[in-house]
Amino acid sequence: MIAIRQLPLVILPLALAATAAPAVARAPALADAAGDYRIARSSIIHFNVPQVGGGGGIAGQFTNFSGAFRIDGRNVARSSVEFTLYPDSVRARERRIEEFLRSSAVFDTANFQTVTFRSTRVTQTGPDTATIEGALTARGKTRRERFSVALTDWNRRSISFTIRGNIRRAPYGMDVGTPIYSNVVSFDMNITGVRR
Amino acid sequence: MLRNSDRGFGAITIALHWTIAALILGLMLIGFVMRRMEIDPVLQFSLYQWHKSFGFTALGLAILRTGWWLVERSPQPLPSLSAVEHEAARLTHRMLIASSLLVPLSGWAVASASTLDIPSFYFNLVVIPHLPLPKSEAWEAFWAFAHAMLAYVMLVFVAIHTAAALYHHAVRRDAVLRRMLRSEAGAGGADIVAKGK
Ligand code: HEM
Ligand code: HEM
Repeated sequence: MIAIRQLPLVILPLALAATAAPAVARAPALADAAGDYRIARSSIIHFNVPQVGGGGGIAGQFTNFSGAFRIDGRNVARSSVEFTLYPDSVRARERRIEEFLRSSAVFDTANFQTVTFRSTRVTQTGPDTATIEGALTARGKTRRERFSVALTDWNRRSISFTIRGNIRRAPYGMDVGTPIYSNVVSFDMNITGVRR
Repeated sequence: MLRNSDRGFGAITIALHWTIAALILGLMLIGFVMRRMEIDPVLQFSLYQWHKSFGFTALGLAILRTGWWLVERSPQPLPSLSAVEHEAARLTHRMLIASSLLVPLSGWAVASASTLDIPSFYFNLVVIPHLPLPKSEAWEAFWAFAHAMLAYVMLVFVAIHTAAALYHHAVRRDAVLRRMLRSEAGAGGADIVAKGK
């Protein structure tokens, strides 16, 4: 029953190995989803910094990034991800905002070309959800951060997730504009991995 | 004495005058530095926000001051002033009163028309809403130009006004500056009035 109700949902492969695998041939079994993936360029890395009194805030995307992840077939917790983004590629509503974000006020791209994330722990939280903890490095500072992951699509060659996380920017030396602009940057990403 | 008298300025006029004068000179400096000098972008961002907060303070005080100026009498001109000097001073004061309103209003228009849409968070305490003006790059550029022009024209009047005050004090040695410094100086002015008579 449970498996049938879940059928329309996209089910996290990681969950299926033990529980629902026999129920549906079409659903991704952990054994099927397991493997090494490269993060596709079609992925979307979107962020938003809310502003005081409502209104749009500062929203944007990064268009240049690369990364890879591995889904461990035996032990989900052993899965891992490595991600690098190039903040120089930031796109925002207008040029002045992009230039400000690249400047020494925020990413300081002249001195720090990359922002990296390396997972340290993956915890499954539901049939199609998980939490990823890891080390985020920006502007030369590394801190432990956490993102929540939800499976959105899967086929034999690729797998997609929505990944969300709220990052405090002040500890990375990017507190410019607070408290007019929130200290908390919310990331909303659609990551597609293509099997290697 | 809080009120102006025929002979001199009262404490209210004097306090408003010097508070506004200090704010305006500070705002000219901040405005110039944040806009025309190569500075660290973090500092530049904060200077813009300080500029807006102090600018709104200047606007509020200038509105009070203008109301006060309209209802309160002006002291008699000092007898050491010729009729032309007196007229020039009155004209300069009118220009200063008008620009003390127009300059911050046009600044508020810049912030309001800007496509950046950066909230004016008055001393990080309350958000002052934008004026209902169209937002576009062209309108932002227009208001920025108007604000800069008005500010620098005002600076010329401030310079003339200050130079005249210092000239009266140092060269003519009359009570013009003194009576704007202390309300009792009004009495000193009266002495000169008496002597002049
Ligand atoms: C009496 C009060 C004020 C004075 C004397 C003043 C003076 C100045 C000056 C000298 C500049 C530099 C202009 C340039 O070189 O381009 C400037 C720029 C500016 N001021 Fe003011 N200002 C005042 C009030 C305000 C207020 C109330 C606001 C907004 C709420 C404001 C917003 C701005 C902005 C946004 C700029 C930069 C414009 C740009 O980026 O081109 N100002 N101001
Ligand atoms: C910082 C240098 C300044 C000095 C040394 C100075 C000095 C003076 C003096 C001595 C007077 C008295 C004139 C008289 O007896 O009629 C005066 C009046 C006046 N000042 Fe200034 N001032 C300065 C800045 C400003 C600024 C920036 C403003 C702009 C708002 C301003 C606006 C006025 C006005 C409107 C009056 C006329 C007062 C009245 O008749 O009620 N002053 N100032």
